[in-house]
Amino acid sequence: MTKKRTGVFVCHCGTNIAATVDVAKVAREMAGENTVAYTQEYVYMCSEPGQESVVQAIKDNQLDSVVVTCCSPNLHEKTFRDNAQRAGINNFTCEIANIREQCSWVHNDKAKGTEKAIKISRSIVRRVNRNKPMDAIAVNVTRRAMVIGGGIAGIQAALDIANAGIEVTLVEKQATIGGRMLQLSETFPTLDCSQCVLSPKMVEVKRHPRVKLLTYSEVQEVTGSVGNFRVKILKKPTYVDPDKCKLCDECTVVCPVVVPNEYELNLTARRAIYIPYAQAIPASFTLDESACLGLNPIVCGKCKDVCEADAINYDMRPETITEEVGAIVVATGFDLYDQENMPEMGGGKVEDVLDGLQFERLCSASGATQGHVLRPSDHKEPKDVVFIQCVGSRDPAKHCAYCSKICCMYTAKHARLYKKHVPDGRAYVFYIDIRSGGKGYEEFVQRTMEDDDTLYLRGRVSRLYRHNGKIKVLGTDTLSGQNVEIDADMVVLALAMVPSKGTIDIAKTLKIGRDKDGFLAEAHPKLRPVESVTGGIYLAGAAQAPKDIPETVAQAGAAASKVIALLSQSTLSRSPLIAKVRRSHCTGCGMCVDACPYTAIRLEGGKAVVNEALCEGCGSCSATCLRAAIDVKNVTQLQIHEMIEACLA
Amino acid sequence: MSEQQDYEPRIVAFLCKWCSSAGSDLAGVSRIQYPANATPITVPCTGAISPMYILSAFNKGADGVLVSGCHIGDCHYIEGNYLARRKMHLIMQLIEFIGVEPNRFRMSWVSAAEGAKFAQVITDFVDDLQPLGPQDKLKKAERV
Repeated sequence: MTKKRTGVFVCHCGTNIAATVDVAKVAREMAGENTVAYTQEYVYMCSEPGQESVVQAIKDNQLDSVVVTCCSPNLHEKTFRDNAQRAGINNFTCEIANIREQCSWVHNDKAKGTEKAIKISRSIVRRVNRNKPMDAIAVNVTRRAMVIGGGIAGIQAALDIANAGIEVTLVEKQATIGGRMLQLSETFPTLDCSQCVLSPKMVEVKRHPRVKLLTYSEVQEVTGSVGNFRVKILKKPTYVDPDKCKLCDECTVVCPVVVPNEYELNLTARRAIYIPYAQAIPASFTLDESACLGLNPIVCGKCKDVCEADAINYDMRPETITEEVGAIVVATGFDLYDQENMPEMGGGKVEDVLDGLQFERLCSASGATQGHVLRPSDHKEPKDVVFIQCVGSRDPAKHCAYCSKICCMYTAKHARLYKKHVPDGRAYVFYIDIRSGGKGYEEFVQRTMEDDDTLYLRGRVSRLYRHNGKIKVLGTDTLSGQNVEIDADMVVLALAMVPSKGTIDIAKTLKIGRDKDGFLAEAHPKLRPVESVTGGIYLAGAAQAPKDIPETVAQAGAAASKVIALLSQSTLSRSPLIAKVRRSHCTGCGMCVDACPYTAIRLEGGKAVVNEALCEGCGSCSATCLRAAIDVKNVTQLQIHEMIEACLA
Repeated sequence: MSEQQDYEPRIVAFLCKWCSSAGSDLAGVSRIQYPANATPITVPCTGAISPMYILSAFNKGADGVLVSGCHIGDCHYIEGNYLARRKMHLIMQLIEFIGVEPNRFRMSWVSAAEGAKFAQVITDFVDDLQPLGPQDKLKKAERV
C-alpha cells in the first residue's frame, strides 16, 4: 500500500470551535501524523471561500484523502464529500471529525477540549488511512408513495403527490378519513365551518384516480429503504360492502348493542353497526366486531336481515395487503393529554368538565346535540362556562413542558362560539399568557375579549369540584392578586396536545425517532423540518409537533414536494458501505447468516456471500464473525482497532 | 488523595450512529457540559461492536469503555442492539472473571432525543471510574 496523502482541514466555526479548542494546535498535531501531507485551518470551512480552498488544496498538494474537523457529519459530510469529488478524488475518502457537537460545545476547559479534539481528529485520520475509494450503488426507484394517516395532513399530502402524477396509497386506521379536523365545529380565525372546508378534499382524495384509499387499515410492517419500501398493511373487516351500502340506516335501528361513540368523544352512544359521521368517506356503515353480539345469524343477525342492499357480509376476513412504495409520509396526528393525569381538574371524573374536542362536538351542527351547547349531564343550557388554558401544557414539573400552541386560539374561538350559541351566557377564560402569533390571530383574540365580553383571568386554576349542582372553580387572578371562585355550569379544558397512540406505534414500526416529548423527530430542526432521520420517510402535521391547520397543510405540501422530488429520479444512489467477505478467511460456519437482520447473507460453496441489494451495512455480521472474515467497507475491524489506539494515544 | 483527584480516567465511547451519536450531537447543540474524558468512536450500530473492540480498548490502556446505542426495540437495523446486549453481557462477565472491575465497562441506551441523558451517562461514568484509579490488568506492558 502506497502511503496516503491526507489533507486535514480544521474549521474554527467562527468562535464555536476556536473558543474552547486550540485549533492551531489540532492542526499542528495532525501535521505530525505519518499519512498527513497537508493541514490548513480556516474560520468558516463550509463557506464558499473555505470550500474553494479545500478543493484547491487537494489539487495543489495531490491529496488522495481528506479529513475535515468541524461540526457533526450530519451537517456537512455531504458538503465536503462533494468538494472532494469536485477536486477529482473519490468522495468516500473524505471523512468528518466532529469536534464541535461532541467536543467544543460541551467542554469549557480549553486544554481538555483541545486534547479531546486531537484524539477525535487523529482517530479519523487513522480511519481515512484505510478508507477505500468506492462508488455509490445505483438502485431503481419504486415510483409510488404511501401516506399514513388520513387527517387533513395526510389528505393534503396524498392529493399533492397524486396531482404530480404519482400513485399514492393513503392508509387510515379509522373507518373514515378526516381525522381530528372532521371533529371540529368551526376553525379560527375566520370561523368557517371545518367540515365544509374539509369535506370537498375528502371527496377529492376518494375519487382521485391515482389515490388508493385503505381505511380501517393499519400498517404492520415496513422493510426496505429509501426508494424501495415494502409495507404490509392489515385491512380489518368492516363486514359491510361499501359499494353496496345505500346508507339507509335501517341496520342501526335494529341493532340491539349500544356502546359509547368514540367519534363523538363518548358524548353520545352508537350501535355496533354505525357510520362515524354523515360525511364519512368511504360513505358506508361499519360493523364493530368487538361490540357485535357475534357476527352470527344464529346469535343475532338482525342487521343482515333488514339490509335490502345485501351489503352485510359476516364472512369478511382481515386481509393483509403488501404495497411497494418509494417514499412514505407519516401524518398520524395527535391525541389530547389524558384528563386522568389532572386530578386537580377533576381527573376526568367530574360531570360537565369537557375537553376541547368534546366542546367542538357540542358546537358542531352534526354533533351530539345538533349544534346546541347543552351540558351533557342534564341537557340544560350552561349559563356560566369556564375555559381553562394550558391544562397539562407548560408544566415541566408534572406534565408536558412544551406549549401546545393552538389552545390560546381555540379557547378564544370556543368562547366566541359559546356566546353565539348562548348570547346571555358568561364566558371566563383562565390563561397564563396569550400566544396569538399568526395571521389575524391577535385581532381574533382581541375581538373575543372586547366584542364578546369574555372575561379573561390571568392565572391558574387550583381545583374544581361539584358543589350544589354547579362546578366550583377555584383559581387566582394574578393581575388583581385575588383569589377567584366561580360557580360554573360547564368547564372546558384546553388539554395539551400529545402524539397520538398511532404516532407512537408507527414510530416503532418505521424505526424513526421521537423527540423528548414523544413527537416524531425531524432530521434537522431548521433545515430539514419535514424529513425524518431515515431517508425516504417524511413527516406532516401534529405528529411532528403541535400545530394549527394552515401550518399542517403547509407542512403536508412540503412533505409531498420532497416525495415528488425523490420519486422524479429514475435511480437513487445508495451507500456502498456494506458488508464484504474475505473469502480466504471465511470457514463457512454460518454465524453471520444468523446474525444478519436482513437475510442478506447466504452460504455458497462453503463461503458466506453478501447480497448487495439487501445489505444495509449495520455490521452485525462483522461483530459476530470469529475470524474477522467479514467487514463493513470503510468501517473495518482494522480501522476501528486503529481508531481505538488513536483515542488512547 | 490529591493524586486520586488529579487522575483523569480515559474512556473510549462506542456510539451508534443513529441514536447515541445523534444524542451526543444534541447534547452539543444544547451546550450541556460534561467531562472531556470520553473519546467517541461512531459505529453504524451497537450490533457492529465486536467484543474484541472492548478488550482492545482495555489492552490499549482505556480505564473505562462505554457502549451506547438505541433503546431496545428502537434499533435502526431492527435487532442490532439485542445482539449487542447479549455480547456485552458476556463481556461484562469475562472482564470480571479476568479481574477487571465490572464498573469499568458500561452499556447505556441513549436516543437521539436524549442529549441531557448522554451528558449524564458520561458524567456518572467518570464519577464511578475515578475511585477505581488507572486500569492496568489488561493494559499491554510498555515495549522497551
